[in-house]
Amino acid sequence: MDLAVVVLIQVLYAVASLVIISSGLAVIFGMMKVINLAHGEFMMLGAYAVIISMKLGTNLWVAMLIIAPLTVGLIGVVLERLIIRRLYGRMVDTMLATWGLSLLLIGIVTSIAGNTTAGVSTPLGSFTIGTYSVSSYTLVIIFVAIALALGIRLVLMRTQLGLIARGTMQKPDMANALGISPSVVYSVTFAVGAALSGLAGGFLAPLTGVVPTMGGAFVAKAFITVIGGGPAILAGLVSASSLFGAINQLATFITTPVVGEVALLVAAIVMLRLLPQGITGRFFRGAL
Amino acid sequence: MNRFAQSWVSAAFVLSVGTALTLGLPFVMDDYTLLQGTIYAIMAILGVSLAFIWGFSGILCFGQAAFFGLGAYTYAVAVINMGDSTIPFLIAIIVPALFATLLGYVIFYGRLSDVYMGVITLTVTLILFNLINSTAGPEWKIGSAALGGFNGMPSIPTLNFPGQVDEALTPAHLFYLTMICLLLIYLGLRCLISSKIGRVVIAAKENEQRILLLGYDARVYKLFSFVLGGAIAGLAGCLFANWGAFTSPTIFGLAQSAQIIIWVIVGGLGTLVGPIVGCVAIQWLTTQIGTQQIFNSNLILGAILVVFVLLVPRGIVPSLGDLLELLWKKFKSKPSHEITHSSQPLTPEKNLADSGPNLGAVEKPLSKGEQLA
Repeated sequence: MDLAVVVLIQVLYAVASLVIISSGLAVIFGMMKVINLAHGEFMMLGAYAVIISMKLGTNLWVAMLIIAPLTVGLIGVVLERLIIRRLYGRMVDTMLATWGLSLLLIGIVTSIAGNTTAGVSTPLGSFTIGTYSVSSYTLVIIFVAIALALGIRLVLMRTQLGLIARGTMQKPDMANALGISPSVVYSVTFAVGAALSGLAGGFLAPLTGVVPTMGGAFVAKAFITVIGGGPAILAGLVSASSLFGAINQLATFITTPVVGEVALLVAAIVMLRLLPQGITGRFFRGAL
Repeated sequence: MNRFAQSWVSAAFVLSVGTALTLGLPFVMDDYTLLQGTIYAIMAILGVSLAFIWGFSGILCFGQAAFFGLGAYTYAVAVINMGDSTIPFLIAIIVPALFATLLGYVIFYGRLSDVYMGVITLTVTLILFNLINSTAGPEWKIGSAALGGFNGMPSIPTLNFPGQVDEALTPAHLFYLTMICLLLIYLGLRCLISSKIGRVVIAAKENEQRILLLGYDARVYKLFSFVLGGAIAGLAGCLFANWGAFTSPTIFGLAQSAQIIIWVIVGGLGTLVGPIVGCVAIQWLTTQIGTQQIFNSNLILGAILVVFVLLVPRGIVPSLGDLLELLWKKFKSKPSHEITHSSQPLTPEKNLADSGPNLGAVEKPLSKGEQLA
């Protein structure tokens, strides 16, 4: 019984971390159809923002919740203005440019911070279920994922900003005719996506070592989740995360973490063969 | 596409320069420099494999490194088990080709768009990287070959003359072999591109729907070129394993995949010789950066990729070709028809724009009629 609860928490945790990792990408790809291969590096920047502000004496939660997303969001605005906006509508070129960007960011951070692993100790300690010990931070991650999903939904569906964003993504020229500048909306959307990536990096900093190359570990998982999810941003994100997270965690539980990772990626490829449009291309149509 | 990049004149030029280098370099270089030359040529083969599948059949494969690594590992495992290197050399080409068939089946028969294709190939490369990386323990053995995990596989027996296990190839021999492979692959692909199959492959890239309506199954042609590209990359991997007698999981890494893409972008997409030029230039640059220790190589590579995508999207060789064409036009007001003809298969619109209202417009529908007949 205790084991079942622990496994359930682990599965939820795996799902939640996929949601957190992928949300920034889901916004950028889902709304703007920009494939951002520098997503992992945005997360890396978020993690470094946390490390640096911790060193300067900031509270961990302030660093994770405010400083990381703010920093990366600002970097996102600058990069969108300099590079991404020149490539809208050219998907493959965006992919290549952002890949170049990812190498560039790794290079810059390596030059500044060195190729060493920095770390933040995991806060909050742990609690026990029967004879098993579970880190409390696991629950924080699950909670953050739920909050993120609800937050994205609320912003997109219930606010003026979300309405403008959704409208611009559907018909930029129409939005323009109604007095909204698509260029500004794209900028803001990209910044929000980048900020979400930064937030993800910040929250994962205590769980993984922080190195300049840490992004590579996340980018494939994030992509496969977003693409597996299909056209609906939020429903796709949540459903794909649930499917892949559960597969990953159960395979990990039965065998080893490496097999778990591989099972996730293989499951994703098989699923894309069966459902080339992603999960929401077939189910939950018309959902957000 | 300009006519210099696509004409047989340029092919003959490339082949003669290649032959001259093959014959000449071993006399002017010492063994160490020759080894450097060999790695350039090996990477050039890898670059050509992506140049073909991306530039001519429009398959953006982010995982060309997967086939490369698979070739290297297959050769290593097979040669340790067999001793004689002849069959392992062949297996190292066949296994990546089979893997490409499987992967290509999923991609092309699933009708995934090129963006998804990029992501899937990237993912597969990461899977292989993760898998091989975790095989460090002594229980991970294929036959008598320990996979070695993140430590890689050291002291791989190098190629020997077919049938004679004790007669290993010297560095000079390996250089000759690599250059001959490179030149043969270049020539072979040039012939393929000008053949009927090659024309269909290119047409499928330009407009898949139209080629379907003409009665060709575009998926088969795409799969064919993907598998061919995988086999060539596997060959490059096999040669790589021979070059250093060593292979490690880093050759599956994202950095490796990114490099191949950068060679093609810098050299020029849609040409075969461009990526060779790009490969040599970038390799030379990274070596220089490595010895200078001022800038991080990732930083430079990333900057180059961003700058080329934004400012020189056509790459070095086509841009140089444009320059040559401009000069050519100054000397000769009327371009000769033979050369225009051989530049046909690619992008009719561009051709028309480039070469003015001449044969191009009449030629294209005719050649399609021939294919239908």
